[in-house]
Amino acid sequence: MRWKWLIPAIYIVFLLLPIYWLVNMSLKNNDEILSIFSLWPQNLTFDNYRVIFTDSSWYSGYINSMIYVSINVLISVTFALPAAYAFSRYSFVGDKHLFFWLLTNRMAPPAVFALPFFQLYSSIGLFDTHIAVAIAHCLFNLPLAVWILEGFMSGIPKEIDETAFVDGYSWIRFFIKIFIPNIASGIGVTAFFCFMFSWVELLLARTLTAVNAKPISAIMTRTVSASGLDWGVLAAAGVLTILPGVLVIWFVRNHIAKGFALGRV
Amino acid sequence: MANITLKEIAHSYTGYSDNPDDYALKKLNLTWRDGGAYALLGPSGCGKTTLLNIISGLLTPTSGQVLFNDEDVTHLPTEKRNIAQIFQFPVIYDTMTVFQNLAFPLKNRGRTKTEIEPRVIQLANMLGLEKDLYTKAQHLTADAKQKISLGRGLIRQSVNAILFDEPLTVIDPQLKWELRSQLKYLHKQFGFTMIYVTHDQTEALTFADEVIVMYEGEIVQVGTPEALFERPAHTFVGYFIGSPGMNIAPCELHGNRAVIEGHEITLDCSYREQPASAKVEVGIRPEYLSLAGPGQAGLPVKIVKVDDIGRHKIARVALNSREFHVVMPELASMTGDQASLIFDTAHTNIYVNDHLIAGEQP
Amino acid sequence: MIAKQTNQKAWFMVLPVFLVVAFSAVIPLMTVVNYSFQDTFGNNQFFWVGIDWFKDLMHSERFHDAFLRQLLFSGIILMIEVPLGIFIALAMPKKGWGVPVCLISMALPLLIPWNVVGTIWQIFGRVDIGLLGHSLASLGFDYNYTQEPIAAWITIIVMDVWHWTSLVVLLAYAGLCSIPDAYYQAAKIDGASRLSVFRYIQLPKMQRVLLIAILLRFMDSFMIYTEPFVITGGGPGNSTTFMSIDLVKMAIGQFDLGPAAAMSLVYFLVILLLSWVFYTVMSNIGEESSNGGA
Repeated sequence: MRWKWLIPAIYIVFLLLPIYWLVNMSLKNNDEILSIFSLWPQNLTFDNYRVIFTDSSWYSGYINSMIYVSINVLISVTFALPAAYAFSRYSFVGDKHLFFWLLTNRMAPPAVFALPFFQLYSSIGLFDTHIAVAIAHCLFNLPLAVWILEGFMSGIPKEIDETAFVDGYSWIRFFIKIFIPNIASGIGVTAFFCFMFSWVELLLARTLTAVNAKPISAIMTRTVSASGLDWGVLAAAGVLTILPGVLVIWFVRNHIAKGFALGRV
Repeated sequence: MANITLKEIAHSYTGYSDNPDDYALKKLNLTWRDGGAYALLGPSGCGKTTLLNIISGLLTPTSGQVLFNDEDVTHLPTEKRNIAQIFQFPVIYDTMTVFQNLAFPLKNRGRTKTEIEPRVIQLANMLGLEKDLYTKAQHLTADAKQKISLGRGLIRQSVNAILFDEPLTVIDPQLKWELRSQLKYLHKQFGFTMIYVTHDQTEALTFADEVIVMYEGEIVQVGTPEALFERPAHTFVGYFIGSPGMNIAPCELHGNRAVIEGHEITLDCSYREQPASAKVEVGIRPEYLSLAGPGQAGLPVKIVKVDDIGRHKIARVALNSREFHVVMPELASMTGDQASLIFDTAHTNIYVNDHLIAGEQP
Repeated sequence: MIAKQTNQKAWFMVLPVFLVVAFSAVIPLMTVVNYSFQDTFGNNQFFWVGIDWFKDLMHSERFHDAFLRQLLFSGIILMIEVPLGIFIALAMPKKGWGVPVCLISMALPLLIPWNVVGTIWQIFGRVDIGLLGHSLASLGFDYNYTQEPIAAWITIIVMDVWHWTSLVVLLAYAGLCSIPDAYYQAAKIDGASRLSVFRYIQLPKMQRVLLIAILLRFMDSFMIYTEPFVITGGGPGNSTTFMSIDLVKMAIGQFDLGPAAAMSLVYFLVILLLSWVFYTVMSNIGEESSNGGA
């Protein structure tokens, strides 16, 4: 099948075309967009990007998003590590049920939680804070993190734990110095997926924020409903949201390959 | 059925190269007679699987030709070569029953149901699979699955040769014996050419009429199991075959005298002087060494350890710092820790740069 | 392998996760359950109405429509994305420079914030400024996703295929890569056709990952909110108002707590039930040709 490579090639072109179009638009100013239709900018301009970098109502969105995503990844990985260890190494009352219950939260429609979260976080005074969104996203990220990490941990023989304890390591020291380096690629995969699902989520992030912690996704959708829409700036904002994703893929590409090979995800 | 000839075959996984180290298979010539049972023996990485894949067509050699009965099949794809290959782990079609698995090669070649059914049943009976014929193949044990793989290889009557790539690796030891016997029985029944790759000398020596020993991409010796045992052409063969392997010690060679660790023994033949840079070694199998009491004729050795294997004993003795293994009869016993080592010179070989050299009768 | 030891102290390790998820899940769900059985006069005063809201919901045409729309959408999505994903995974290179190029470019749509995915396609589909819309218009098609329900549906479906097929591709590819070469070699020797290789070797070995892919795509497509919201807002009319969009409209837009709560519970239960059915059916298909004996 000499033409087999055409299939992924066509698919990749299909994937990149709309992204290309977005980049194309981000480099034109709004007037040009509305008047001339062209495959590449006639008057290349970085004005749209300049707006975003200088107008705090835009760039604060990115900063807010990065803040709560980072908090979420940190919480998810940190809390999931001991929990995954417990599931992997021990059996205890209700362990199977607990594991299953955790997974069902991944199946929960965010729409169901939009209003209750709004009321809950308002009532404890955490409305419009980064921590609120970070914790809200834990609803689906924590089960995912535990699930992925448990898979990786089960691949490490228990004999390693036993040896360390016999050698006199305290549990903390063993965990940090021996265990974690062994599952480094697993932590990489987990952090990647937690980042991904938190970064892309809109509904909960928008519901729980107003001004102070407003993520970029909300700012962009707000712009949509306003009149006098500036397509160029919108496109530029969109392009900028894709960049962290690209960077993350680039940095974890080796971990992802190994993670896939281990068959857990 | 066919004679298989490998002419000037060499293979490098990185394509044509001037550097001999790139070649997984150095240049070789080999003929496999129709109907013979051959073993390809060697350690891991010596090139035996490469050779097997060249015969079956899964690999095209960098240079050289493969001939089936004088017909050049070097570039013929695998399915046209009428070869069967059995792999290290059972390769079965999980979703099919045993019957369907066995019938698959025949179905693909357009045979009708009336032709297929009796043949599958006959083969299943021979392999002991008749009880499970309509069970899904995935539910069976590892050795049953390997039998299915074997069956799929044997099902086609017009097969040119059957190639085995270490097929008993995943089988439990007690079943290995049963499967080996079955293979020998099937060979007698059908008379296919069978080429059996293994790193286990017991398998090779019991299965084959002729053994080809490979080492680092080269064929070091071809011969019957007896020939390999008695006159290993290469120190590697001596070391690899036999349990324990041949004792090999550096020596100085002067005519018909060999000096080992400062002690002299007289050999049956005279040997030419060797260049000073050559590596000269004496090789003798533990079966051809014996021990006598201390102070008797023979080399003075210290007894390090004696292991009782059951039917015989193996003594480890040291001449200065060089160790030798000696096979002793079951009832022999040695007192003290000194002894004399006696060489059976009729079975003492001399190796120069790892290759056996012949001497001249005095 | 040492068996798992029983150690109830392990609960301490699980406690942080349990508390956070319980806080995020149980408490809100309890409020939802609470609202679903009550009505209000306003001013935060509630009174018990039993299962009235549920009865209303079952008879509500609005709910039926949203539910059917959602089923149709998820069904179409699964029927396109799963075969397509497998097809592309089969065609992907196994080694060489093509592998990282494929993996990275295919992962890209998965990492774009969902509202941006919506924005990209909102722009792309417009006749005045979008490549797709403009090209279709110049070819003579009467394409307008803001006014034509069919066009809106097609746009959203193509967008979802663009967005999520890569997930199926990557999972299927991971499954394919785990098949040892010897299987393909044996198939060659057996004279198997390309179709037989797919049917008897590749598909069975990909079963486990395909199950994960199908479950994930079903669940996520059933919960879809952001992308259609950005592109069409649920329109034209309510032709693309899927269940999540309808629910949010009711809960936050109209603040109809009771009906929204009842719908939320039914929605969640439906997903759990359908996921369980999917999972059981698919792992049974798997069970018949795997596992079982020694």
